[in-house]
Amino acid sequence: MLSKGFEISRRSFLKWSAAVAGTSTLVGCMPTGSGVDGQSAVSQMESSQLNTEIKPSICWHNCGGRCQINAHVRDGVVLSFTTDNEGPDTPDDLQARACSKGRAQRQRLYHPDRLKYPMKRVGERGEGKWEQISWDEALDITASELDRIIEQYGNDSVYIIYASGVIAGAFNQSYVGGATLRLLNLLGGCLTFYGNYSQACYMYAIPYMFGPGYGGSSPTTFEDAELMVVFGDNPASTRVGGLNSTYYFKLAKKNGTRIIVIDPRYSDTVGAFADEWIPIKPTTDSALVAGMAYVMVTEGLHDQGFLDRYCIGFDEEHMPEGIPAGNSYKSYILGESDGQPKTPEWASAITGVPVETIIRLAREIAGTKPCFILQGRGMQRHMNGEFQALSVPILAMMTGNIGKLGTNPGLYEGYPAVKMGSFPTGENPVKTKVSFFMFTDAIEKGGNHTKENGGLQGAERLENGIKFIWNYGGNALINQHSDVNRTTELLKDTSKCEFILGIDNFMTPSMEYADLILPDITQFEQEEIATRALGQGLALYGQKLVEPMYDCKSVYEICSELAKRLGVLEEFDEGKTQEEYLREALEVAQEAHPDFPSFEEFREKGIYKTEATKIIAYKDFVEDPAGNPLPTPSGKIEIFSQALYDMNNPERIPAIPKYVAVPEGPEDPLKDKFPIQCIGHHSKRRIHSTFDNSSWLEEAEPQMLWINPQDAAARGIKNGDMVKIFNDRGTVRVKAKVTPRLIPGVCSLPQGAWYTPDENGVDIRGNINTLTTWEPTALAWGNPQHTNLVQVEKV
Amino acid sequence: MAKRYGFYVDQENCIGCFTCQIACKDKNDLPDGVLWRKVYEFSGGTTIEENGVFKSNVFAYWLSMACNHCEDAKCVTGCPTGAMHYGADGTVQHNPDLCIGCQYCRMNCPYDAPKFMEDKGIIGKCDACIDLRETGKNPACVDACIMRVLEFGPIDELRAKHGELADIKGLPDSNITKPSLVINPHKAAIK
Repeated sequence: MLSKGFEISRRSFLKWSAAVAGTSTLVGCMPTGSGVDGQSAVSQMESSQLNTEIKPSICWHNCGGRCQINAHVRDGVVLSFTTDNEGPDTPDDLQARACSKGRAQRQRLYHPDRLKYPMKRVGERGEGKWEQISWDEALDITASELDRIIEQYGNDSVYIIYASGVIAGAFNQSYVGGATLRLLNLLGGCLTFYGNYSQACYMYAIPYMFGPGYGGSSPTTFEDAELMVVFGDNPASTRVGGLNSTYYFKLAKKNGTRIIVIDPRYSDTVGAFADEWIPIKPTTDSALVAGMAYVMVTEGLHDQGFLDRYCIGFDEEHMPEGIPAGNSYKSYILGESDGQPKTPEWASAITGVPVETIIRLAREIAGTKPCFILQGRGMQRHMNGEFQALSVPILAMMTGNIGKLGTNPGLYEGYPAVKMGSFPTGENPVKTKVSFFMFTDAIEKGGNHTKENGGLQGAERLENGIKFIWNYGGNALINQHSDVNRTTELLKDTSKCEFILGIDNFMTPSMEYADLILPDITQFEQEEIATRALGQGLALYGQKLVEPMYDCKSVYEICSELAKRLGVLEEFDEGKTQEEYLREALEVAQEAHPDFPSFEEFREKGIYKTEATKIIAYKDFVEDPAGNPLPTPSGKIEIFSQALYDMNNPERIPAIPKYVAVPEGPEDPLKDKFPIQCIGHHSKRRIHSTFDNSSWLEEAEPQMLWINPQDAAARGIKNGDMVKIFNDRGTVRVKAKVTPRLIPGVCSLPQGAWYTPDENGVDIRGNINTLTTWEPTALAWGNPQHTNLVQVEKV
Repeated sequence: MAKRYGFYVDQENCIGCFTCQIACKDKNDLPDGVLWRKVYEFSGGTTIEENGVFKSNVFAYWLSMACNHCEDAKCVTGCPTGAMHYGADGTVQHNPDLCIGCQYCRMNCPYDAPKFMEDKGIIGKCDACIDLRETGKNPACVDACIMRVLEFGPIDELRAKHGELADIKGLPDSNITKPSLVINPHKAAIK
């Protein structure tokens, strides 16, 4: 069994790299030179950042951005990383500086717990008994299982599971694509998924309002707003580095923009940037919006002209034909449809926001131009997430804050992109898609997972369920999926899902449930490219820093070997090298961006940025709505959706963004038994579950349960005490962080910690998904992973 | 005495992201439990529910701190061997060859800057990346900072540019050691 300890020492990785490369010496050890008279204690020859070969690389996990990290290499060993420090670093041309995670990458590369050789399961699935096997045997088994399962159950029983550990590379694309998809497509295709754990409700629901291709204004325009109103977004912890949103908050603050953040937690974004924090109960943002809308309507503060011209569904005069009276948003607000006016008093009782705050905020938003209304992703990872997400844009519409500099339609930020080619995956003959969140349902129900009962797309029924899971760079099989205890039970039954292939760098909780594990190389052991940032367009090149460690192989090599065994190698690699494919991808960028450098130059520098631009969402539409209609049925913004109306499920899927009270929300009688709402905020010390095994980052922010002093005192809990958090789905035991930075009645267990059950099944690392539910959201078949009721007790 | 050098921290815009701390850790290859630069979280006030609504006067801010290369460095005066000394470059430096690991410097420093390196049995601390500075570069933490809130330079120049403040809530009185430190305080940290 591999060690799960966090210890890492320079000596242990040198030993390994010496074994592999055979050239290492003890150059990296902390030397003791002369310190007299200001001479460096670390001589320049021995410095980890001088007299080194500097090679550009990439931090590419799933935070929403990518950053440049530059390796300092000597004698085949990476001694340290620095970041992008080139260029003027002005607001128009920022350096793509990496955050703490990017700077901790050396611990990933040289972690003693790296998976080092192929292994096959020898005990029961999940039991943790493994046997080292050769690559030949591992690839033979994988090829024959793929062949057998496709033959026996069909291509739609082979599933590439959601995975975001390797989300940026051309070949190394864990998020359905890259080499994996190309191989499976050549074998007749595979089952894929729609939606994702980050923003399932948002991405499913928003097109009903804005049509496909929706988007927000860029972070470069924050500073142009008089007022920013931010719902449940915490970029200071989630999208920290490089050219992401956070720095632009600083620029806005500097420029005098007033910033209001609505969040159950006094987040790092609040602490650093906000003029005002409005604490709110999780799941109730749409009630706050309704309460503010009531104030605007009854005080005549709303922009009726904007609503008339650009929107449908706000009032009875602007509804699709044939819809009975009383179905508009205004009727809902005034209580004409349900007898309950959505007064500030009504909203206050639901949200916990004081009546006077709701009134003041409504007046301020209506009276301040331009106003940048922004939502994050946290508020939609709830059982009513679709309507949480749809409600926020209402404020932008009612105040006409769309289409002008300094405004935002209540959506996420938009961003400029570098156009880059990708590794060609070919056509997937299987058109069936399962909701990313429903894969457990598809396994459990076998041939009975359908469009009707599980949200299947592209087919009425999944004939044989999921029989083969390809899990590359993913921890959503167990760790990031809901209800870990239920998922582990399901997967232990090998008659349901018959084969699970795992490809990763570490023995994550998800890898523990594989049948066969192939050790992947990191981005530091190969050549790759990546794109994406929020402020400026960004493309990065990562050079191979060191030779592949241990007996690890790249996913491209793995797929090539499988292609050879399955008789499709010629079609798979077309006789080309990886570099040829990379050059082809770059040609796309070179064509789209006239100043894009040559392959050699890009490889050398490792970075390309577009000029900073100010993207104003829906500018063309607002300037000429008839000439530039939205891709919605009416061509306008649809506050009322006929499509949602026709689903005829008004309690759970209203046609307008109503407040939907949910099970395990603040009004559920289950609170008698489990009185605390448990959310799982994103910690700044991880990117989802990546880096959970970094001791440097654990030292920075240890995994703890956030709990308010009121709730802690009622339970005799002091800061640092060990507590258990439990409901009917599971129990977690971690230390408590008793802090006023969270409202009473709510606790938060930062998501992403690696599920680690003790002998009694208690998770002693603190994975939120020990407490979450498989139950999907009503419309998106999405993940309500912040909607949980729990009890907390001192241990 | 040589011109003093030190750090400026724009605490008002610090997001507590730990990037400086990790960059220092990586560059200096520090073991677990040893931080030459550390990001501290300070928070206080209350958030309560009363009559069904939330009331809060909570605050939170961060302070990124390493050695302040003090003018009146108690670590230097407390060192019995001369290992801890004023370097010719205007910072406080430490000579590991002279260090006996008695930790008096650590006990004397009000900023908790010198750290006992258990694996070596001696002290180690921020040398403001003298190796990098000798080649004209910034200390690692400065060039790592996401929010660009750290600067390093001659302290008189930093003071001329950013003011004299080195006293905020949570820090000891600057008269004790005369730190080469300038802070633009977070609004909640102003004394």
